[in-house]
Amino acid sequence: MDVKEIRKYFPILHQKVNGHPLVYLDNGATTQKPIQVIEAVDNYYKQFNSNVHRGVHTLGSKATDAYEGAREKVRSFINARESAEVVFTRGTTSAVNTVAYGYARLVLKPGDEIVTTIAEHHANFIPWQQAAKATGATFKFIPLAEDGTVTLEAVRQTVTDNTKIVAIRHVSNVLGDTVPIKEIARIAHEHGALLFVDGAQGVPHHKIDVQDLDCDFYVFSGHKMAGPTGIGVLYGKREVLERVEPMEFGGEMIDYVDLYDSTWRELPWKFEGGTPIIAGAIGLAAAIDFLEEIGLENIQQHEKKLMAYALEQMKEIDGLAIYGPQKDRSGLITFNLDRMHAHDLSTVLDSYGIAIRAGHHCAQPLMRWLKVPATARASFYLYNTEEEVDALVDGLKKAKEFFGNVFS
Amino acid sequence: MSSLEDLYRRVIMDHYRNPRNRGKLDEAEGLVVNLSNPTCGDSISLSLKVENGKVADARFLGEGCSISMSSASMMTEAVKGKTVEEALHLAHQFSELMQGQEIDDSVDLGDIEALSGVAKFPARIKCATLAWKALEQGIRQARQE
Repeated sequence: MDVKEIRKYFPILHQKVNGHPLVYLDNGATTQKPIQVIEAVDNYYKQFNSNVHRGVHTLGSKATDAYEGAREKVRSFINARESAEVVFTRGTTSAVNTVAYGYARLVLKPGDEIVTTIAEHHANFIPWQQAAKATGATFKFIPLAEDGTVTLEAVRQTVTDNTKIVAIRHVSNVLGDTVPIKEIARIAHEHGALLFVDGAQGVPHHKIDVQDLDCDFYVFSGHKMAGPTGIGVLYGKREVLERVEPMEFGGEMIDYVDLYDSTWRELPWKFEGGTPIIAGAIGLAAAIDFLEEIGLENIQQHEKKLMAYALEQMKEIDGLAIYGPQKDRSGLITFNLDRMHAHDLSTVLDSYGIAIRAGHHCAQPLMRWLKVPATARASFYLYNTEEEVDALVDGLKKAKEFFGNVFS
Repeated sequence: MSSLEDLYRRVIMDHYRNPRNRGKLDEAEGLVVNLSNPTCGDSISLSLKVENGKVADARFLGEGCSISMSSASMMTEAVKGKTVEEALHLAHQFSELMQGQEIDDSVDLGDIEALSGVAKFPARIKCATLAWKALEQGIRQARQE
């Protein structure tokens, strides 16, 4: 895999920020888009913008083909059984809420349990917390190991026959650990519970095969995998999705509308009320094409090498604390330097053109568990290079110099 | 002076390392305002004692970056002993300063002037204004009581 060649496809990377070449290490928040994706969206608006599933005119058919083609592309990308199991959403957050509102809130009762961890992104935490609160179900947490990871032993100790939903992330957006989904699915299913997986940070860094993982739901966002913002995916097994009620009522999601009741269209459209995110789906399909052309295995290998290099370099820095497992991290490293606040650190790095994330990463319960108010996070993607890791390490050293002994 | 050095002037780091008026007042003595920046985790707990139209005492506890904590330290120092109107005027002037605007010459900002460099860092303005928002909220509460 030739990273230099790949970088050519990303127009945004070739600029200076504050007088320095941009080093973009905030991919966990959102990734950059290759020209292929930008042009696919552009082309749709320029050439065949039209609503889908409605008109019987030529542009309408082209738009419908492209939109449904994108669904089929996603199906094959995650190896779902059929494209009816692929629902387009606004992103990960709306996918979680679709299931929390359309299923959890309708079926759970006191005594039932929702099992999760305190290391979830707020998007995979609050919808379940509120569903538990609304239904009287118990909200339970799988205890984390010392480094924040999830062990199967801990899962076994927490999931019971009362557990109806296990909601967990594939990859933590703070700890960078990869959760053993397949094994957790087995445990959940032994107890008759459904497994809901937040794949927002999983899809960008792993080849996903939902049939192999055997999870009941897998949700993710397009913009964290080189696609546009505003498009995400809710995958669900057909027999499970059939049991989820639509949350948004309106046009195109209906079968028959009577005066006092209505019936819904079949999967997946019953969840796609209103004009769907057509341009977003087309952009996401272009992103999948782009990633598959490079090869997901090549991307994984590149990232693995880059992460190992970054960990090795960063561990050399005096006063740098890395949170989560010290090896095998998927795409991101979360840390603090001396007692420097992550904001102060991030501002210094930004003055050298280096973009990282600083704050609580939408994971307040986890920050409290780590006993830090905030952390800094460098997150990587296929276009990042070892030179950029060097720039980060150099920037961290300069931050230490700049603040002198203020924070030590 | 680079804009980074302009942001982190010595007087700011001094307030960060040696915060003035750190602490809290007893409930009987004053009111308390708790504010945070939910996106970044900065938090402040400001105790205010308002008496006879004056800010008789101001103390703070909090957690956050050097800009948010030094701003809180400077704010408490600046408003102590001022009338409520003067304190609100200062808060308004500070908000103008953060927007990079010229401010009223007659107002002596003292150490606070050192925070003027923040205006060039849009992402950090909310760090600097947190304590001042707590002050404004506290004064509103005091007036209602």
